[in-house]
Amino acid sequence: MTHSPAFQLKDCHQQGNGQTILDIENLSIAAGEKVALIGKSGAGKSTLLNKLRGLRPDECAFCPQHHGLVPALSVYHNIYMGGLERHSTLINLINLVVPRPGSKQDISSLCQQLGLSEKLFISVDQLSGGQQQRTALGRALYQQADLFLGDEPVSAVDNEQAGQLLELLKQQHRTVIIALHNEQLTRNHFDRVIGLKQGRVAMDKPVAEISDSDLADIYRD
Amino acid sequence: MAVHNAVKPQSYSTAAGMKRTSLWFLLIAALCLLLADLEVIRADPWMELGRIGLGLITPNFFATEALLDALLNTLAFALIGVTIANCVGFLLALLFNKPGVRQFCASIRAVHELFWALLFLQIFGLSTLTGILAIAIPYSGIFAKVYAEILEESDHRPINSLPKQQSLSAFFYARFAIAYPHFRSYCLYRLECGIRSSAILGFIGLPTLGFHLDTAFKQGNYSEAAALLYLFFIVIATLRQWMRLKLLPVYLAAGFYILPQSTLISLEHLKRFLGEDIIPSPLRQSGGDFTEQILALMDWCWQLLYLQAFEGVFNTIVLSIIALVGSGMVALLLFPLVSRHFFSRPGRGLGHALLVVFRSIPELILTFITTLILGPSMLPAILALSLHNGAIIGYLIGQHSNGLQLRADSSRGLNLYSYELLPRIYPQFLAFLLYRWEVIVRETAILGVLGIHTLGFYIDSAFEDLRFDRALFLILITAALNLSIDSLSRWLRSRIHRVNFERVNSC
Repeated sequence: MTHSPAFQLKDCHQQGNGQTILDIENLSIAAGEKVALIGKSGAGKSTLLNKLRGLRPDECAFCPQHHGLVPALSVYHNIYMGGLERHSTLINLINLVVPRPGSKQDISSLCQQLGLSEKLFISVDQLSGGQQQRTALGRALYQQADLFLGDEPVSAVDNEQAGQLLELLKQQHRTVIIALHNEQLTRNHFDRVIGLKQGRVAMDKPVAEISDSDLADIYRD
Repeated sequence: MAVHNAVKPQSYSTAAGMKRTSLWFLLIAALCLLLADLEVIRADPWMELGRIGLGLITPNFFATEALLDALLNTLAFALIGVTIANCVGFLLALLFNKPGVRQFCASIRAVHELFWALLFLQIFGLSTLTGILAIAIPYSGIFAKVYAEILEESDHRPINSLPKQQSLSAFFYARFAIAYPHFRSYCLYRLECGIRSSAILGFIGLPTLGFHLDTAFKQGNYSEAAALLYLFFIVIATLRQWMRLKLLPVYLAAGFYILPQSTLISLEHLKRFLGEDIIPSPLRQSGGDFTEQILALMDWCWQLLYLQAFEGVFNTIVLSIIALVGSGMVALLLFPLVSRHFFSRPGRGLGHALLVVFRSIPELILTFITTLILGPSMLPAILALSLHNGAIIGYLIGQHSNGLQLRADSSRGLNLYSYELLPRIYPQFLAFLLYRWEVIVRETAILGVLGIHTLGFYIDSAFEDLRFDRALFLILITAALNLSIDSLSRWLRSRIHRVNFERVNSC
């Protein structure tokens, strides 16, 4: 089976304040791959994700590290925001005042999967960090895109729940690229692992071939 | 059918709370609209508007040689008045926690500068002293409040780490030095307000821009009026360029030099005004029966309250609430013009220019112009107050929105406005609006001098009839109204949201 690449990044060099932020000669990610992006903080994971998103801005469901939730709006509305482009502006405006029954049903079942069903009409400024993160994930899921890019999207929940959420993400998106720090999650839920070090790809292997020393290298200075 | 409602969702949303608050305001404003007099009295408002428009594009800077004098006088009154108020206000701010000081400051700023001017006019005539005092007194109260707030909010750790915290050096090193930048920027803003106040003092006869504007507009010399307005904009727009602390002594000396020096402080006048004119008329005749006098006084109060004050207060409140909601609408409509989420830098420049024009023209002058077009009813006042205050709040929330970091993939246009920005700026917006309410009430009362039946109308009439006792009584009622609106708005602000309120330049 041949996959057309979902992302193809060539000769991508970015400097800032005299330091290399990103230095990638050729990176290709095929459609259907589930990729974990690892590296110390500051290694360029977020920059790379943003670059990839820039390649196909309209096709990516995106979950940034700072969630970009609107504090005063309810979980329902924050998740609905993932689908703003699918509806007409008039419908969006009406929905802001009176939630649409159809969307309400969709989002409430999505919330059930995320463990947020009780919180549907609570504004996110009243939620815990983990609940906010799940709301952000809900928004990304509701974008109903083919590609998912996430910057540590499950960092604020426990390992078991994180695993379930990652499975949910993989189920709903064909191609998944996620930056994360957790070794166990990396090993259990992804096919391919890309390790970044000072903006360069220091490691790029199928998950089965990853050794403990590979991981240690990535996190060493 | 899917079983979605296994757990009934709770419902407590911050946005829903804000929606409810806004709905209440809208409802009350709609009720007020039913009670307000909104008639368009001019037969052909478009013709007058056309003539004013023509004047605006053909300004005549040489219509009167008094133009430059008027401008310089306006600046002189403002600079001297604000400087005095700044010093007095600073001292009062240091004593702000002493009993009575807070209340004293609240009451002197509850009386509008135009009413102070009308009072001093009776004692000192149309003199320099009248103009300076009219600005300096209410502004001292405002400075005291704001400076006290700045000191209160500034970082207390430096002074707490000093061994002798009560000494003057400790104060200047560890408190004043921290607060100074805030004092400075507030003082500049207040000077801008001072120039506006000084200009409108011309409407009661002092030799400032308002005097010539009044004449030019009344005679239909719109080209001359336009020239005056343009000069005014230029002075305000360039304020931060020409106002330098080092130059202040020069400006002050020049100010004292150019202002007319004809003040004759006549003790007799003063004695008559304080000892006779402002005493309620039933109490003036001495030697009468005491109980009779008290009864007559009660009757006098009742007549004033029943025939004038009730209607004045009612109209002032009705008009101010409509204007408050109008200002909010204008602000929400205009703030995207100065927000980086909607326009690039050149586009925002235009937006800024528009907002500067509306917030620079004093409400009184703006209402004067809209009244020329629409005739004397509440409608022109509502328009003018909404535009002026809406431009100020729009500018503030536009700036606030520029500080917000949104996601890279946030939506555009109306979606961006309604889902991303509105919910984020709304608490701040409501806070700004409620802060502004007190100012709107003060201004609404003043607009009475243009013939709208708010409190200012009855005060102005009492002055015209030389019934100073009545005027003073009505001024006190106006001050009481301002004080109650102030505490009502503070109560609402603390109740509505647990928001971190930023201090807004009030007044």
